[in-house]
Order: sequence, then structure tokens, then C-alpha cells
Amino acid sequence: MTPNLTTDEIKSLILRILGEIAPEADLASIKPDISFRDQLDIDSVDFLNFAIALHEELRVEIPEADYPKLATLNGCIEYLTAQRQTSQR
Amino acid sequence: MSAGTLVAWLKKPGDSVKRGDIIAEVETDKAAIEVEIFTSGVIEKLLVQPGEKVPVGTVLAIIREEGKAVEPGRLRISPSAKQLAAELGVDPASVRGTGPDGAISRADIEAVARRARDKGLETIGEEPVRPLAPSPAPLAPAAETAAKRQARMRQAIAAAMARSKREIPHYYLSTTIDMGRAMAWLSEKNRKRPIQSRLLYGVLLIKAVAVALREVPELNAVWKGNQAVQSQAIHVGVAISLRQGGLVAPALHDTDRQSLDQLMTNFLDLVKRARAGSLRSSELSDPTITVTSLGEQGVETVFGVIYPPQVALVGFGKMMDRPWVAEGKIVPRPIMTATLSADHRVSDGHRGGLFLAAVDRLLQDPSQL
Amino acid sequence: MIKITYREAVRAGLREALKSDPRVFLMGEDVGRYGGAYACSRGLLEEFGPERIRDTPLSESTFVGAGIGAALGGMRPIVEVMTVNFSLLALDQIVNNAATIRHMSGGQFSIPLVVRMATGAGRQVAAQHSHSLEGWYAHIPGIKVLSPATVADAKGMLLAALSEPDPVFLFEHAFLYPMEGEMDEHAGPVDISKAAVRRPGQDVTLITFGGSLWKTLEASERLALTGIEAEVIDLRVLRPLDTATILASVRKTHRAVIVDEAWRTGSFAAEVSAQLMEGAFYDLDGPVARVCGAEVPIPYAKHLEDAALPSVEGIMRTVRALCWQS
Repeated sequence: MTPNLTTDEIKSLILRILGEIAPEADLASIKPDISFRDQLDIDSVDFLNFAIALHEELRVEIPEADYPKLATLNGCIEYLTAQRQTSQR
Repeated sequence: MSAGTLVAWLKKPGDSVKRGDIIAEVETDKAAIEVEIFTSGVIEKLLVQPGEKVPVGTVLAIIREEGKAVEPGRLRISPSAKQLAAELGVDPASVRGTGPDGAISRADIEAVARRARDKGLETIGEEPVRPLAPSPAPLAPAAETAAKRQARMRQAIAAAMARSKREIPHYYLSTTIDMGRAMAWLSEKNRKRPIQSRLLYGVLLIKAVAVALREVPELNAVWKGNQAVQSQAIHVGVAISLRQGGLVAPALHDTDRQSLDQLMTNFLDLVKRARAGSLRSSELSDPTITVTSLGEQGVETVFGVIYPPQVALVGFGKMMDRPWVAEGKIVPRPIMTATLSADHRVSDGHRGGLFLAAVDRLLQDPSQL
Repeated sequence: MIKITYREAVRAGLREALKSDPRVFLMGEDVGRYGGAYACSRGLLEEFGPERIRDTPLSESTFVGAGIGAALGGMRPIVEVMTVNFSLLALDQIVNNAATIRHMSGGQFSIPLVVRMATGAGRQVAAQHSHSLEGWYAHIPGIKVLSPATVADAKGMLLAALSEPDPVFLFEHAFLYPMEGEMDEHAGPVDISKAAVRRPGQDVTLITFGGSLWKTLEASERLALTGIEAEVIDLRVLRPLDTATILASVRKTHRAVIVDEAWRTGSFAAEVSAQLMEGAFYDLDGPVARVCGAEVPIPYAKHLEDAALPSVEGIMRTVRALCWQS
């Protein structure tokens, strides 16, 4: 189990993974409440890779039905924080 | 005189010799003769031992021209590749050549440089959670190459598309497909699966196209000279857009014979390699039909341009809930448009219509795919 | 722009030259009453009269020699030799007189002579009338050797040749005479110092001239469908060779195939290959390849003749092997 992470650490992790998937993206200017797809050139394959990477780095389960919750940066942070707490309990 | 016996060597390996020197004595039926040489250099190797009887014409020794270094296992590398290797800092000895007899070409050097760059990225990825790091700056010459590759790709697309519109009498057919059953089946399947092995609905579309082609094989053909030849194998080319712009449409080989899981794995692999620029040339030349989807860009209907020498292209638009009439009731359903662009020299609207109907029918029973 | 055959373009060039300069005259076997073996001079006898359109005896040495003499005397003769094989009878006049007199006279005399001749195979005229000997002529210092492959060059090179102070040899591929092309109705002289890029590309450079240009262009279009974009260079001028253009192209594409209808051994293709070795060795990503005629007397039988000459398929095969495309 990965150690407890702060919100900032989760945010850094998300941005790092995004940066690997979309290397041309300007991560500093991402708006936290607007969906990634509206800001970045990301397709379904990219999104799947993004979800897989989150799953592998954070050891959280992400059902397909929850994909919409990962659409924005804030949504991601909120969802992942909650999922980690659930699975650590 | 047909043979002679080597009596003695007068020189040994490493000795310098010059034209006119006597380097050995040979005894023949008629007389003992001295072996005079006609070149200058250093004795590299003696190939015949004293006392051995050998036919006339046998090579007795190897003389290396002076000043040339010994080159064991000399590299087969093109002059241009050698220079490129020096520019990109690639050690040619570490490169496996893909040319005739293992010759190393510019493409081989470029591939190694690219892998080295990608590896740099992966290394960062392997580390545990750490603060955001700027992505590594690509090597400057490689960046130029990427820009060049980019320009070349645009040129290639321009040439192929211009030729297509010039020569191919396109016709277009379009139909709307209720994706309700397919999506329900897919989410049920994905629900039980770990995230890494979940399927994207795109592979259902690809498989449906491939299987439908068995029923209308004239759409699965390529022009050879003056005739369109139907292909036994069905290799669906999948259009993949690249991050820097442009697109490629590499083949998923034997698409109709692969399981959905195999297709998913191979599709993800193609996308990854397409974007890393490491597709094999056969993957780009093998497709017998192309499938493209612009649904994620919000496009409703795709009227695609056929990629020569193929004779058909299938385009999918976005899937969205729309009112749909089922059993006399208006119900919301995920609806998607499928369009066929086909070469009218090879097929007619009637056959094209049957093909689209088959795609629709197959998507209504996804468990059969 | 007008549509015009190669033959008509040559005739248009002859007529314009005869009209614009009283020193110009045409002579050769059957050029007058018969209108030329390939009908290039049809109607010119009626238009310009027997003084300026002169039928000659069947003696190449004599009438090429007479052309050299007329040029020395201030005329601007155009000598037509029926086919390149017959020109061999005039080689002494060409090699020892036309090409050397400026040098031998310390620059006092020049020979502004233009010689046109048909060259090449592909018309079932068998071994004695199917040669491609442009490469032999390109070996000789003191003359200029041109190979017009388009209608604009067929007319324009002839007009340009007449302004040269030294002998110019024009090789017209007999296969091209009935070919139609487009050119400006009033097209005039063209540059005769440079090769032309007839099709841009970046994967491989195809270098050719004369009758082989059209096969090479067709091959390049078909190669484009398989993803190979070939740059096609029409050499146009074989002597002096425009090496700058071919080197620049090969430095870009890194690969070269030379298409030359002549026999491989000692061919002009061999010379181009050597130029590439000397000037672009470190830019090459593969060996220079050649597509040449088979080393046999050109056969009469159609299928054998076809097999002995560079073909579109043969060019494509060679290019694909060089680009490692199976």
C-alpha cells in the first residue's frame, strides 16, 4: 500500500500522468473544474490509459461507471481521495 | 602442373612485405619454385601449412594493405546512417540493421535514437509518486527530424488524398444504428473485468466491420494495376490521429479472426506505436479497408476519402442519446451514424447497403462478435 | 497552351529557325521530298525550297562533314542523321573535326553545327536500328549533347542549340515522335544547361532522360500508392552534365536509381553513378541502383524487345528493393 498522500500529492500525480499521455499539454494552465477533454487533445484510448495509470499508481479500483467522475482535475482529486479512504479501511 | 606442396614459409604473420618479395617455397612435379608476391602490406594470416599439397590457385596467405586497421566483424552500415549516428550520439555497434544482410540504414539509427528518448520518459514514470517534473527536452536533431517527418506525412497524405479524389468515383451511404444493446452488453462485460482488460466500444465497431465484410467481400479489395483484387484476408486499417497533427491508418491483421480481447490489446499497441513513430511499414501498407471514427470530436457523420489502393472506408460519428421509436414507443437510445464511402468502379449502392445492414445487425447481437 | 505532338514540335522548331535566320538550312537523308524518315520536316521543302531543305546522298561522313564545313563558313546548318546507328559512319568527322577544330585552331575557328538524330528502341526495328548511344557521344569533350524528352524541349532545345558557338547533338527518342504534350504556342528557346525535376519527392531520386522519362514518371506515380514518393530528374543535358541538381536531390532523398535504356556496361548511367559516389557518398543510405537495357543486341520480336528494355514494373521493383519494401 502506498503511503497516505496529501491532496497536493494526488494532484501532482494526476498532472504527471496527464503529461505523459499528452506531452504537448500546458499542464500549468489546466482549469480544475473544466473537463480534460475540453482542454486537452485526449481521446478514449488516452483516457483509458489515464485511468489504468491512476489505478496502478494509487491501487484504487475504478469501475467503468465511475469514469465520468474523473472528467475534471477537481473531480479526480475528490474521487481518488474518497476511493483511497474506502479501500484503506 | 596441377598441384604443389608448400615446403616452407619465409615470412610469418605480422611481417611487412613488399611487391617482389619471396614469401614461400613450393615444390611441384617439375621443380621447386619461389612464391613471389605482387602487392605490398602486412602478412595477416598463413592459410596453408608446410607439407600440405594443394591445387594450383589455392589462396596461401592473406596480405593486408598497410595502413588499414583490422576490422573484425566489420559493420554493414550506409555512409549516411554512419553520419547520422554520429550526429545523434548513437553507437552503430549497438544497432541491429534491418536492411539486406543486416545492413544498418538511417531508419535503424533513427529508431534507436527514438527508443532512447522514450526510455528516458519511462524512467521518470517508474519512480514512485513525486512532484511534477518538466518533461525531458528531446534531443535537438531528433526534434528536427520529427518536424521533417511531420512535413513528409502531410505530403504523403496530400498525395494520396488528391489521387483518391481525382481517380476514385466515391459514393456514400449512411445509416443510424441503435447502440443500446451493444453498450449494455459491453458495460456488463467490463463490470467484471479489471481496468486493464476492459474493452472500448470502438473494437466492437472494428470487429463488426470485419465480419460484415465476409458477406460483401468486394469492399475488401485493393487495386493492383488495372483491376481491383479481392483480398482473402481482412486487414482493417484503423485511422489514428497523431498528437502533432496528421494521421496514420495501420492494419489490425486478420481482424475478423481475432477475439475482441486480442483486438483490444492489438489496437492499444497500434495506437501507442503509431504515436511513438515505431510502426512497421507492412502495417501501413497492408490494410484492405479503413475504419475511422470522429465521434469523440463531436462529429455526427463522416464522409471519408478512400485511401488508395483500397476501395472502401467506414466512418463512425458520435454516439448520443436520441429519441428512437421502438415497438411503437419513443424511447431514448444511444444512436450512432455509420457511413460507407465506396469506390463505384468496384461496388454498387445495393451491395454497399447490404454491408451497412450487416454491420447494424452484428451490433445488435454483440455476443456473437 | 496548345496540344502538339513531339514530331510537330520539332517541325515547329525547324520552321521558326529557318524563318528567323537566313543562315539556317536543313540537310540529311530524305529530309526534303520524303519529308524526313520520321516526318519531322514534312512540308518544309515546299515552304523553304531546295536550297535550304537539302536531300543528301546516303553518306553520313560526307554530309556531316559538309555540315562542319558550312558551319566553318558562317552558316548555321542543321544536319539530320536518320538514326543514331547511321551516325557511326560519321564518327571521324564528329570526333576528329567537329569536336576539335576550336581547340586545334587555338580558338580561331568555331563550328556552330546542330546535328539531330533519332535514338532508342521499342519500335521493333531490330538490332541495327535500336541503339541508345547518347552515352558514347557524351564522352566526347568539345560537343554538347542534349536529350529532349518533352515537346517544349523538342522545340526549345533546337532553337537554343542554334545559338551555341560549338557543335550540339540532339537525340530525339523515336518512340516520342507521336507523343502528345502541351506547350505554349509561342514557346521559344529553353535553357540547355540544367537538369529538370519533373516530379518532386523525398524517398528516392530517379534519374533518367529521353524516352525513359515517361516510364519513370509512371513508375513513380504507382510507387506513390505504396507510400514511396520518388523525385524524378530529367537530365536533359548529358554533356556538360548538371551534377549540382542530381547531387542536391540525392542529398535530400539518400537513395538513387538511374534509368537508362542503354546497355549497362559503360553506360551513361554508370557515369551518373560515379558522380554520385564522388559527390554524395556520405549522403547515401543504400547502394546506387541502375535499371538499364539487357546486354544483348536489341531483339526484333516484340516480347523479347520488351524484356530487353527498362519497364515500369522493372523500375518499381528496383526502387522497392532499394527502399527495402517487400
